Amino acid sequence: MATNFTIEGLKASIEGKEILKGINLEMKGGEIHAIMGPNGTGKSTLASALMGHPKYEVTEGVVTLNGEDVLDMAVDERARAGLFLAMQYPSEITGVTNSDFLRSAINARREEGSEISLIRFIRQMEAKMKELDMNPEFAHRYLNEGFSGGEKKRNEILQMMLIEPNLVILDEIDSGLDIDALKIVASGVNAMRSEDRGFLIITHYQRLLNYVKPDFVHVMMQGRIVKSGGPELAERLEAEGYDWVKEELGIEDETVGQEA
Amino acid sequence: MTTQTILPVNAEGLSELSKRSNEPAWLTEKRLNALEMAAELALPKLEKMRIERWDIQNYGSHKVSDAVTSLNDVPASIQELVKDKEDASLVIQRNSGTIYTKLSPELAAQGVIFTDLQTAVKEHEELVKAHLFTVTTPEESSVTALHAALWNGGVFLYVPKNVEISVPLQAVMLTDEEDATFAPHILVIADTNSSVTYVDNYVSGDSTKAIVHNGAVEVFAKTGAKVRYATIHQLGEHVTDLSYRRAVLDNDASMEWIVGEMNSGDTMSDTNSILKGSGSTSDSKIIAIGSGSQKLNYSTRAVHHGKNTSSQMITRAVMREHATAIINGITKIEKGATKSDGQQTEKVLMLSPKARGDANPILLIDEDDVTAGHAASVGQVNPEQVYYLMSRGISREIAESLIIYGFLAPVVSEIPLEGLQTQLQSLIERKLGQ
Repeated sequence: MATNFTIEGLKASIEGKEILKGINLEMKGGEIHAIMGPNGTGKSTLASALMGHPKYEVTEGVVTLNGEDVLDMAVDERARAGLFLAMQYPSEITGVTNSDFLRSAINARREEGSEISLIRFIRQMEAKMKELDMNPEFAHRYLNEGFSGGEKKRNEILQMMLIEPNLVILDEIDSGLDIDALKIVASGVNAMRSEDRGFLIITHYQRLLNYVKPDFVHVMMQGRIVKSGGPELAERLEAEGYDWVKEELGIEDETVGQEA
Repeated sequence: MTTQTILPVNAEGLSELSKRSNEPAWLTEKRLNALEMAAELALPKLEKMRIERWDIQNYGSHKVSDAVTSLNDVPASIQELVKDKEDASLVIQRNSGTIYTKLSPELAAQGVIFTDLQTAVKEHEELVKAHLFTVTTPEESSVTALHAALWNGGVFLYVPKNVEISVPLQAVMLTDEEDATFAPHILVIADTNSSVTYVDNYVSGDSTKAIVHNGAVEVFAKTGAKVRYATIHQLGEHVTDLSYRRAVLDNDASMEWIVGEMNSGDTMSDTNSILKGSGSTSDSKIIAIGSGSQKLNYSTRAVHHGKNTSSQMITRAVMREHATAIINGITKIEKGATKSDGQQTEKVLMLSPKARGDANPILLIDEDDVTAGHAASVGQVNPEQVYYLMSRGISREIAESLIIYGFLAPVVSEIPLEGLQTQLQSLIERKLGQ
């Protein structure tokens, strides 16, 4: 089934403060959209609100994935419906090994009685870890515990590869990565490109977009998408920064919800 | 406030009971002295809890238990625990007395003694007399005094010099009769350079009438000896568990405590390693689950006297429903115990807003040339962690249980006995209501 993801008029707040002030976006399977913007403009809030982070309250708007109302679902239901968020700051969980966690995540999508066999699971996990150049010992380590920033990011991509979601949101997946790690992560993403999978890449650098070519680029400021274009927009932002966008739109302070 | 201790037995009755059991005169006297002390001594002072308010008066009276010759005849409540253990070295106490003892012939041939303490008092009188109540003394409180007066059944384990035993010796302590005194005393002596593992289970039967378990453990690890002591308490809601566990370590001896606090009733436990000899080491692992309206007070202690001694204490507790736990870790390093190291960690995870947990790490250090450290935390299941797991499609219920088991896993997975690890895991699951 071709993936169809729409966001209409999404507003969200944290602790009573409105951060998202009406986001509209439409995505189809096979497309890669990049959301760019300076810090503090609501990009990560968008990612968290879409996934259903308990701290963010959605006050208005509709989000659908293949016609299903996403905002009506609990976090785990959103995930099982095909949504995946590679997080900027993944949690560390003591006592739960990476492999036990991954297997639980895969099995959560399967009917009782048709769980993935241990052998098959290990084979898949090891193959993907190899692609991501991850030390096999990470399978047996506690989930993200003591992982470096880069290792955590690779672990997020590993989860994405094993879970095979329909709509992937990458929240600042490139932050804290050196160029080699960035290339590995990018090739992981590229390997997952397909007609029935959409990607929403949140970043404030053009860097990642050199390796993962976006079809559409959106600029976020003040909790809204203020400008959209093709890949050439990202290149101009990289070359000239965001000031020209602010000037063009008459924006003085691009941030939202920040304390003065 | 002082609370008058109501003595469950008078001197005459106690003396008669001791004589009826053919106990040596010194023991009868010890019991009577202890009873006198019990009348005068106060209850132990528990950190932030008032033991006076607990159900601690129900000692019942001594009742004779019938011995069994085959494990097929043990009560149903402990069948599972002794399954396939016909050939194992095993002691079973039911209520006030021992009903089964067995020592494997191979161990007997090496001079190992493993029997109930009441028998050992007669058959190995000097050995018992030299050690009994020298570490857990009746003078401490009305609880230890009453224990010394009333103790019954029990276990005596002696491992001769240089004997190394790989298979664990086991005991099962069962209370399943109303009004029967239940006060086992465990005495373990590991002679020079010996090594031994002992595992016991405290279980209660169907009775629901309030009863006290007042128990004590004394371990003597002589020079170079290695003792691993594992104990799992799974007593029912009607049982108040008062347990003192102490070990004294000579030079280069090592002690390992593994304690599973899986009771359903109020519990006071105190697990203490006294590192007397230089180079001795102690490691304590306490895993506890509290539920219902349990009041729980767990203390772990290490007292360093010898040079180059090291101690490690870890407690992990999960509190559900209305349970309250006070968890104390006390590392004491005495003057002269140079180059010693004491480390402790207490962590409490609370699963309900009405559960309470308190972790009190205490370092008492009278020597400069030492290292010591502590870490303590009390908290609830982290909502960020639940969100993270759920964002991968895992249901809230499974996410929370992964986090809870994960909290205990670093300690449970370190338990060196596979069978014990499995047993503890299933008890944890039961206590967590899954």
